[in-house]
Amino acid sequence: MQPIVTNALTKKFGDFTATNAITFEVKQGEIFGFLGANGAGKTTAMRMLCGLLRPTSGEARVAGYDVYTQADKVKRNIGYMSQRFSLYEDLKVKENIRFYGGIYGLGNEAIREKTRQLLQKLEMEAEADLLVSALPLGWKQKLAFSVAILHDPSIVFLDEPTGGVDPITRRQFWDLIYEAASRGVTVFVTTHYMDEAEYCDRVSIMVDGRIQALDTPRQLKAQFGADSMDDVFLKLARGK
Amino acid sequence: MRQFFVFARKEFYHIFRDKRTLLILFGMPVVQIILFGFAITNEIKNADIAVLDQSRDYYSTRLVQKLTAGGYFRIDRRLQSHRTIEDAFREGRIKMAVVIPPEFGQSFFHLKKAQVQLLADAGDPNTATTLINYASSIIGNYQQELNGQTQLPLTIDTTVTMQYNAALKSVFLFVPGVMTLILLLVSAMMTSITIAREKELGTMEILLVSPLPPPLIVLGKVVPYIVLSFINALMILALGVFLFGMPIRGSMVLLLMECVLFVLTSLSLGILISTVTDKQQTAMMASMMGLLMPTTLLSGFIFPIESMPLPLQWLSNLMPAKWFIIILKDIMLKGAGLEVIWLQTLVLCGMTLLFVAMSIRNFKTRLS
Amino acid sequence: MPAPIIVQDIHKKFGTVQALQNISFTVNEGELFGLIGPDGAGKSTLFRILTTLLLADKGQASVTGLDVVKDYKAIRRVVGYMPGRFSLYQDLTVAENLHFFATIFNTTVEANYELIEEIYVQIEPFKKRPAGKLSGGMKQKLALCCALVHKPAVLFLDEPTTGVDPVSRKEFWEMLQRLRKKGIAILVSTPYMDEAMLCDRVALIQNGELLNINPPQAIIRQFSKPLWAVRAKEMYRLIQDLRAFEDTDSCYAFGEHLHLTLKHGRERVDQLQAYLQPKQHEQFSMEPIEAGIEDCFMELMKSHR
Repeated sequence: MQPIVTNALTKKFGDFTATNAITFEVKQGEIFGFLGANGAGKTTAMRMLCGLLRPTSGEARVAGYDVYTQADKVKRNIGYMSQRFSLYEDLKVKENIRFYGGIYGLGNEAIREKTRQLLQKLEMEAEADLLVSALPLGWKQKLAFSVAILHDPSIVFLDEPTGGVDPITRRQFWDLIYEAASRGVTVFVTTHYMDEAEYCDRVSIMVDGRIQALDTPRQLKAQFGADSMDDVFLKLARGK
Repeated sequence: MRQFFVFARKEFYHIFRDKRTLLILFGMPVVQIILFGFAITNEIKNADIAVLDQSRDYYSTRLVQKLTAGGYFRIDRRLQSHRTIEDAFREGRIKMAVVIPPEFGQSFFHLKKAQVQLLADAGDPNTATTLINYASSIIGNYQQELNGQTQLPLTIDTTVTMQYNAALKSVFLFVPGVMTLILLLVSAMMTSITIAREKELGTMEILLVSPLPPPLIVLGKVVPYIVLSFINALMILALGVFLFGMPIRGSMVLLLMECVLFVLTSLSLGILISTVTDKQQTAMMASMMGLLMPTTLLSGFIFPIESMPLPLQWLSNLMPAKWFIIILKDIMLKGAGLEVIWLQTLVLCGMTLLFVAMSIRNFKTRLS
Repeated sequence: MPAPIIVQDIHKKFGTVQALQNISFTVNEGELFGLIGPDGAGKSTLFRILTTLLLADKGQASVTGLDVVKDYKAIRRVVGYMPGRFSLYQDLTVAENLHFFATIFNTTVEANYELIEEIYVQIEPFKKRPAGKLSGGMKQKLALCCALVHKPAVLFLDEPTTGVDPVSRKEFWEMLQRLRKKGIAILVSTPYMDEAMLCDRVALIQNGELLNINPPQAIIRQFSKPLWAVRAKEMYRLIQDLRAFEDTDSCYAFGEHLHLTLKHGRERVDQLQAYLQPKQHEQFSMEPIEAGIEDCFMELMKSHR
């Protein structure tokens, strides 16, 4: 069973169709790029997959669970990180980790061990007792990502995780994503940086609620006769 | 000038397109006044009364029977002397006392005029008025009944005395208190929030960078609220009068002028709050905690100022609401004119000027 | 006639945080000047100082020859400003927003219509719609119209394309190019490195300091190290292998390739190939390439740390 399977997944708000019968599969350990212009329906689709929004019709199974009937199980088996909300600024680094560990029901011992590992991996041991608000943005985002996969979810959803970050930190962030994927975590990511789309194993591009293209970046470029994903995107989005 | 009108129009758009603002602005006062109205107004049924019948003749006994016959009044006790009346009220069970002087029947037929005294607990003015009206009409009926037997126009003279109950005196302030509180909250909170919203949205930056002089920005935001708050004041007044039977004994013009003054005080307070907050939420908290709490506690709205410790009494002088409550009470209940309330009016004017001055000093033409 | 924007040795501190230091640059007439740097680099602070909203601790700045401290009222009449994350009045319609901003700048939409026409026609079909219901790209266009409606001599745009999709971003930059041709000096900031190439000159900013001010092509030419684009089937393993190599200076993912620099330049490429040989990367390729603006920025960032 693939980690994410959808079949004609549709969401309507009134007479407006936000996502229109999207069908795709994401494989285990894959980095799946989910692209589209503002308002193309990305966020809606992502919310349905996370069990936050009930689809109007169609099917979707995430981590093997049905998003209609088993939304609570879906939520327990995924990690989620968005650009807007990641960490509590007025809590210390350690307290944030504790809090999220607690939400996902990790025991005290497990949280302590995970905290140690995580801080070590991010080389943030010295900052464990700092308030998150005192960290540079790039560190916050790396920390937020690590916290999102603290409970070892099989899938992690990242909603524009690297907005506004400097290019070096952005790449360090992607190192974390690669590392997670190499451990078998499925990564579902949206981004506005087209070069980041190239880091993905496969990419889908949404236009007006439909998935207009889905393939590896290399195949997509060949298919559209484009030099870069930027071109692919422009050709697709403007070609309507 | 055109800039100003466009600004004010924009502000009206904001208000009328936001259901929440509208609800707070017009829904809250109505609901609160009505809630308080129902909480205070009691249905008159078997109200306990005390009777001091000093005449104890046939006619006085008949009168007392008439009073209790309709199911409106129930005799809680019979008193023996005038001195016990006050004690009876203080105990809190009786709502009204009926005093029939000696030789009631004889006075009626020989002097063509008899007297009955009604004393009511005006701590609850609404109930008191209703009770007195009921009692008066029963006595009136009785008089006609007696008149039917003779050809002479004989009258029973009913004197009404409102008995003030010291412990419950603050309740009498309830209506002016609620009116004051709502006006203050709506005006101060809405202005501080609306200015904070511009800061939160980032539009304040644009407005500051525009050639608009900063005082005009504030004025443009506040003028619509002056209009709306004044409408609010009218609404609250109307509800107070019709729902609570609040009288307006003094000059209507003076009352409205004072309302405008208080609206201005509250708005300038709201502007002052907005100069030190830059989030809607903070503005809301500051208005609620900084205004609502001290005002309810210290303005004499709930707790009588006279019974507070001295330091709190001094502190209460800082509450604009305290002064407005006195003004409302004096105009509405006592029919006082400006010669009586000039001091309070002056205090409110002074406070308004102070708030405006502080706001101007605090208002930043830059961001920091 | 002095240059539209002159900044000399500006410093600004917030508490203990040094937000800006030693900032000096000049923007010329009709120039599209880009301020490129990540969030928190100090871009918005600089914008606020230049739009007279903040006072610098030290240094001078002038806009159209007017001092940002002394002549702030006059400056406020001649500049157009789009603050970062600026979202207009969500509950006012497109037309209402535009008319409002025209009026507070003492003008009318009609008076300067030719300047905004090109942009406005794109959003005109939605003019009765509340700004809050527009898409991100549309909102930016409307915001630009609002900033332009009084025909400013200088335009300050603080991250106008952040969070906007690539198509809208591209259209937005095309509009800026056309405005520049009308003689308006534009200072624009962005966290997107690729947008740097669209500016006449760029200043790279990091931690409150300017790293380099030059035309983008000149910045690229300054990149002295040989650079290779490397790829293989398993990219993550390749990154790890390359980073483990002793002569590797830097190795970062760039699109479908890795960009690699070596400590000894071309000298030890053979050793690298020998090193990689036993690791058996499939579909391996390694080619020398020209640096892009992002390579330069990363290099400058590293040397300033």
